[in-house]
Amino acid sequence: MTTTDVTRAAEARSNVQARPSGFVRDLVTIARRALRAVPREPEAFLPALFIPAFFFIVNLGALQDLTESIPGATDFSYKNFQLPTAIIFAVTGISRATALVTDIQTGYFDRLLLSPVRRLPLLLGLMVSDFVLVIALCIPVMILGVIVGVSFGTGVLGILLFILIGALWGLAFTGFPYAIALKTANPGAVASSFLLFFPFAFLTSSTVPLENLTPWMRNIARVNPITYVLEGMRSLLSDGWQWGEIGKAFLAIAILGAISQTLAMLALRGRLAQN
Amino acid sequence: MHELVIETSDLQRSFGDVQAVKSVDLQVRAGEIYGFLGPNGAGKSTVVKMLITLLRPTAGTATVLGHDVVDGAAEIRLRIGAALQDASLDEKQSGREILRLQGALYGLTRSEADRRIDELSSLIEVEAIDRWIGTYSGGMRRRLDLAASLMHSPDMLFLDEPTTGLDPQSRLQVWEEVRALNTELGTTIFLTTQYLEEADELADRVGIINDGLIVGEGAPDDLKRSIGADVIQVKVNDNDKAIAALRSLPAVDKVEAGPRALLVSVSNGAAAVSPVVIALDGAGVNIGELTLRTPTLDDVFLELTGDRIEVPQ
Repeated sequence: MTTTDVTRAAEARSNVQARPSGFVRDLVTIARRALRAVPREPEAFLPALFIPAFFFIVNLGALQDLTESIPGATDFSYKNFQLPTAIIFAVTGISRATALVTDIQTGYFDRLLLSPVRRLPLLLGLMVSDFVLVIALCIPVMILGVIVGVSFGTGVLGILLFILIGALWGLAFTGFPYAIALKTANPGAVASSFLLFFPFAFLTSSTVPLENLTPWMRNIARVNPITYVLEGMRSLLSDGWQWGEIGKAFLAIAILGAISQTLAMLALRGRLAQN
Repeated sequence: MHELVIETSDLQRSFGDVQAVKSVDLQVRAGEIYGFLGPNGAGKSTVVKMLITLLRPTAGTATVLGHDVVDGAAEIRLRIGAALQDASLDEKQSGREILRLQGALYGLTRSEADRRIDELSSLIEVEAIDRWIGTYSGGMRRRLDLAASLMHSPDMLFLDEPTTGLDPQSRLQVWEEVRALNTELGTTIFLTTQYLEEADELADRVGIINDGLIVGEGAPDDLKRSIGADVIQVKVNDNDKAIAALRSLPAVDKVEAGPRALLVSVSNGAAAVSPVVIALDGAGVNIGELTLRTPTLDDVFLELTGDRIEVPQ
């Protein structure tokens, strides 16, 4: 490159005028960048496909005969029972929080802050991308379920609602890793946020029905929001439209989402206040 | 009378108990290249971050393009461009994607952004524009970073150590770009550097910061002239004896012990060499090496701070 090149670039200065983009365009811009990065980082989402498929098959192999032979469980389908668990395993903890930490550490987050972009879309745009990804992750797990014989008692609308509940749960949970990412800017801390997944995912009716849990475990499961999310999703598979169960699922998502997203927004405010 | 585009008054910034910027008063004029020179940790980047609205001042005031850096941050962001240290870019995006994203953040339509990319494509290798940035060399990243900061045609450009870590050829290229942007467009450029020759080469005026305080300011030639017309650099076996012998010479303005040699400031170097050698010989001082040169900004820095700028290689 020569000075002539630079001069040409300089002479070609457009009459472009910088202006604020607007909230929606900022949101779309940030979300599109995040979505573009997803297929370029397969290591970020491949475990989320493998782990639920693995647990789905293993749990069926280990517990299907046992649970379906429990006296009084004549209509019980363990395949139907396990599919929501697999979906929850697929979508819980999926986020761009690690990428956000990388942006903070490399200084790219500063470059974004230097622009007139609104601050809220910097976080919400990532969550929009997460929402699209968790929906995409639900699909192969659903296909696996259909292959092994899972049936949807509520038809196509039930399938869509089933995916929506799973995706909304995934979105509600993202507040935790984002809060940790913004608070610490530490990839190790973000990775350890996965530990939150275990009490949520296992201290509940993820492997056997609630009524078959030991009493102490059942008591814990009753205050675990995932229990209600799982029951709501299961109601769409085998028991037809049970709006009470579905409503409880949405309520559980709303409560957890309110907590986790509040933490994320406070962390964002704290990160911006450091500046 | 030039319009002032940056004006700071007693600008300060602390991080906990550490006062990174103690008190900075700056006046930068429209259309100039202002070099902000200082060693690592002097407070250069902290000042820049306050001016580009990434950091709030702890005390004092600063205006950029007529807007206060706290109350008018949104207006400032629309009108300035900045390339920060380390060319912070997303490695898993292509050059074109980053530039389009940058355009979108500044409200440019897709066609406006693509037009700007065409106009700025000479700043980066055209064949590389669709490659991931992770495959770029350090020099290519710097130039892409510069292109990104120019996407919205800013009125003013901040460059924070734009050539640190670059090879000499890439450094020269960046210098050419900076000069062209200033001379062809009249873009005001605020440039921080720890390289003395960079400030000397590019800046119309230089501000020298040390330990969070401005210790000197002026045109590079004026600053250098302020410490004498020439410098005789002489290595001797006994510094104290040599200093005592030289201070009494009428041709000598000043004598200081540098880290590697004595620095003798004189108004006429050619005429002063003989008296200096004779005086040292007369005092029984052995001369190991003697060089006559014009003063550098490093000499200015030494004069102002009693220390030299150590630049990590």
